[in-house]
Amino acid sequence: MQDAERIAAQAVERHRREPSQLLQILVETQDGIGHLPAASLTRIADLLDLPRSRVEGVAGFYSFLYTEPVGRYRILFSDNIIDRMLGSRGLMESLCRRLEVAPGEVSAGGAASVDTTSCTGMGDQGPAILVNGLAVTRLDEGRVERIASLVRAGTPLVEWPAEYFRVDDNIRRRGALLGEDFVPGAALQAAMARGRQGWLEEMRISGLRGRGGAGFTTAVKWLACRDAPGTDKVVVCNADEGEPGTFKDRVLLASQAERIFEGMTLAAWATGARQGLLYLRGEYRYLLKHLRAVLALRRAVGLLGARILGEGGFDFDIDIHLGAGAYVCGEETALLESLEGKRGTPRIRPPFPVTHGYLGRPTVVNNVETLAKTTLIALQGGAAFAATGTPQSTGTKLLSISGDCAYPGVYEYPFGVTIEHVLEDCGAHDPQVVQVGGASGVTIAGHEFHRRIAFEDVPTAGAFMVFDGRRDPFEMARNFVHFFAHESCGFCTPCRVGTALLKGYMDKLASGKGAKMDLADIEWLDRLLKNASHCGLGSSAPNPVIDTLIKFRPAYERRLVSLDFKPAFDLDAALETARRMTGRDDPAAHLDWREEV
Amino acid sequence: MSDSIGMPRVRVATTSLAGCFGCHMSFLDMDERLFELVKVVEFDRSPLTDIKHCGPCDIGLIEGGVCNAENVHVLREFRRNCKTLVAVGACAINGGLPAQRNHLDLGDCLQQVYVKRDGIEEGGVPDDPELPLLLDRVHPIHEVVRVDYFIPGCPPSGEAIWKFLTDLIGGRTPRLAHPLLRFD
Amino acid sequence: MGGKFLFDGRPVPFEEGQTILQAARAAGHYIPHLCWHPDFPPHGSCKLCIVKVGGRHVSSCALPARDGMEVESNTPEINGERRALLQMLFVEGNHFCPSCEKSGNCQLQALAYELDMSSARFAHFYPDRPVDASHPDVLLDFNRCIFCELCVRASRDVDHKGVFALTDRGIRKHLVVNAESGRLADTDFAVSDRAADICPVGVILHKRVGFALPIGERKYDEASICTVAMEKGE
Repeated sequence: MQDAERIAAQAVERHRREPSQLLQILVETQDGIGHLPAASLTRIADLLDLPRSRVEGVAGFYSFLYTEPVGRYRILFSDNIIDRMLGSRGLMESLCRRLEVAPGEVSAGGAASVDTTSCTGMGDQGPAILVNGLAVTRLDEGRVERIASLVRAGTPLVEWPAEYFRVDDNIRRRGALLGEDFVPGAALQAAMARGRQGWLEEMRISGLRGRGGAGFTTAVKWLACRDAPGTDKVVVCNADEGEPGTFKDRVLLASQAERIFEGMTLAAWATGARQGLLYLRGEYRYLLKHLRAVLALRRAVGLLGARILGEGGFDFDIDIHLGAGAYVCGEETALLESLEGKRGTPRIRPPFPVTHGYLGRPTVVNNVETLAKTTLIALQGGAAFAATGTPQSTGTKLLSISGDCAYPGVYEYPFGVTIEHVLEDCGAHDPQVVQVGGASGVTIAGHEFHRRIAFEDVPTAGAFMVFDGRRDPFEMARNFVHFFAHESCGFCTPCRVGTALLKGYMDKLASGKGAKMDLADIEWLDRLLKNASHCGLGSSAPNPVIDTLIKFRPAYERRLVSLDFKPAFDLDAALETARRMTGRDDPAAHLDWREEV
Repeated sequence: MSDSIGMPRVRVATTSLAGCFGCHMSFLDMDERLFELVKVVEFDRSPLTDIKHCGPCDIGLIEGGVCNAENVHVLREFRRNCKTLVAVGACAINGGLPAQRNHLDLGDCLQQVYVKRDGIEEGGVPDDPELPLLLDRVHPIHEVVRVDYFIPGCPPSGEAIWKFLTDLIGGRTPRLAHPLLRFD
Repeated sequence: MGGKFLFDGRPVPFEEGQTILQAARAAGHYIPHLCWHPDFPPHGSCKLCIVKVGGRHVSSCALPARDGMEVESNTPEINGERRALLQMLFVEGNHFCPSCEKSGNCQLQALAYELDMSSARFAHFYPDRPVDASHPDVLLDFNRCIFCELCVRASRDVDHKGVFALTDRGIRKHLVVNAESGRLADTDFAVSDRAADICPVGVILHKRVGFALPIGERKYDEASICTVAMEKGE
């Protein structure tokens, strides 16, 4: 334990005993120990002068932080419906069998633990896993067999085949953003030549709206932050791409990091911010080294730091914060809490981040793609940018396409493209359902394929999951409901309890115990979640259920075994312990659940 | 209650599952109103009649939660036969006191009581087929059958039961308000 | 810059900075709440105080009043949703009122009475939440926690101790105390703390005073929570 305390203390010192760095300190402490023993939390709390209970509260919040020992190899299977369609469940069983470990547990001797995790953003090259936080793609039986022997042999990850960790960009269609070369600094020079006000004006003309899903006008956000009282403004890049089925930000971070950081700097030029933070989801940790290298390069050539491009008073630099497995942190105020080293609980709004954001300072929070797009506006001007897309949805949109199609990957389209057009391009042969916008998005049935990707029709943060005739829309919705129940922060009653209840009803139907009354209860829960939730996670959690109940109702109805009522639990199984304890197996020792009441 | 001469009487059945009969005692606490009640009500299966099985009824009153196989059979019999099924009291509604064992393992409980307890010599879990087997958890009755109404309380007062039944028999949606609505 | 808004059709004046709930209370209109407390800033987690403004549901404890708003609160629709939120809280924990010392003084129970909740409707979770009786003066019965965080806030912001915090998330979220042992006795908690008297339900209970006042003669036995809240300012 003394080792644990020493490692914890070193992490605290590296972060200059700064309480807002708590999450980073916990991540690094765990890197050194394998998990977070109770003594390490006590030590961290002492050194940061925080109540230990608060440190424990943060450590308990994030999926990738462990307060109990885990395997030396922590293997997490991405559990999105797309990974499942690619066979992830069978592969996980196979690996568990080979490693002699049950899901969610640690193998004898502590070599390995195997479990599931929310979508890791590799839908175009799954099934995917994380091994000690690093992404492994294109899993198949051969890789599982090899990984099992590497684990058994205790081979360090650096000696595993590099091919396993290869993550492809799979860019299939290039538009303005992905199609043009970018010279670092060029966009910044163009924007600076226009002056701060002139640059904001170009942003206004562009009509750029946030690509994270909500679609708020970026220039309005920047202007509000610029005009907010306070001189210590902050620009935050939201790279917590957690929406199941989305991976376009991962591709941008890997291939367009210069544009992203330049976009942040452009936001700083507009707002007067001096500090920038990029919040990188824990699943994309493997990109950290690359991103830090790009930052160092930009500092070296005067694109970050003091007097950017020689401009007096234009000082701006960027830090990267690592997330630790919490989808809710994609919500901008939860993300700010997490950046401050707290539990990722969404804040009450108003006040909004533009006036009271990171540490109470005026803060702009923009999505990765949004920031990258600002470089196009700086280079071409707002009017040229607005010439693409639709009047309400200007420019292009990146789609992360996965599922039942020949060419999964990232596609850049002008806004307004029809869903059927996209389906044709990606080689979807028998599409029955498209889930646009991820688990929280819209379920599109065949009769709607003429609809358009645009804020005013089918809005999306970028996920586009294709399901063909072999798939069951109910199982898709159930997978998403499990996702939301797992990711609910638990702050508000409707989401904390409602997602757990909804999961119970969906599992009841799946296990063949569904009754007509359950559908009414499901619809009632849908309504409560939608109306009463604190943030977007809760209010959009029922979306896949609402949509599939409307558009694929038979998928639910054919699971019903009663038009009235059935218990959710197996009555006969509930007697099993008593049968075992008494050694009885006579007819009276059983209950027939099918008996009509 | 209105004059009921010539009107067919409402048939009511009552039973106690995993309960303490406290709700039935409370029912008797209606005192002289019981005379009013029997003018419009006749009893089917109930501790008051000693009828062993429930026949077709208008109203079934269930006290107690579901803790064993027999409870399940009785509850199903009531649900099959009663047009309106009412959960009476805390145990029927949320498991109540018997459900305090729900966070314990049933096997451990039986071991502790019948095998390991001090003073027990030749211990053993009773295995007579006459004895109903215990469910691993105690359930409120609405988790086992569809339930139409609930009268909370431990027990609900005679006054509350009276108000509820007169509403129901009179064709009004029963409603218990403060101070008749109580959970303790 | 204050103004006036309509609360269930009746005009309610407000001052700049007042929330809907504060202004409504000042005008004599009760809005149900559990995590809100007059001595603390709004928290917004229980959602019992939801009202409808311009067709949208909002937390009235947190939303500043605006001139000309039309607020719906005491309607069958909103009260139905509030009742369902209570039912969620009841099935999530272990709320056995007959054996709870807080019965009759409990805001959760009193609100259930107020909102005509006769059953918990959903399936009970029956979570396993062991009690902590380690402290000489105070018992913690986590079975009844509704995660209002009033104890967290009182201990942090008034007592300056940080005795309580929440850990884990979602349905597994739970209260912890400020000690590596996890025992209240190993914290600096004192029965005189503000946090010792803030729990709206029966989690934080003083020892040796159980059932001093008989069931039937307690706060919400005498009057409804709506009356108590408005007359005593609770």
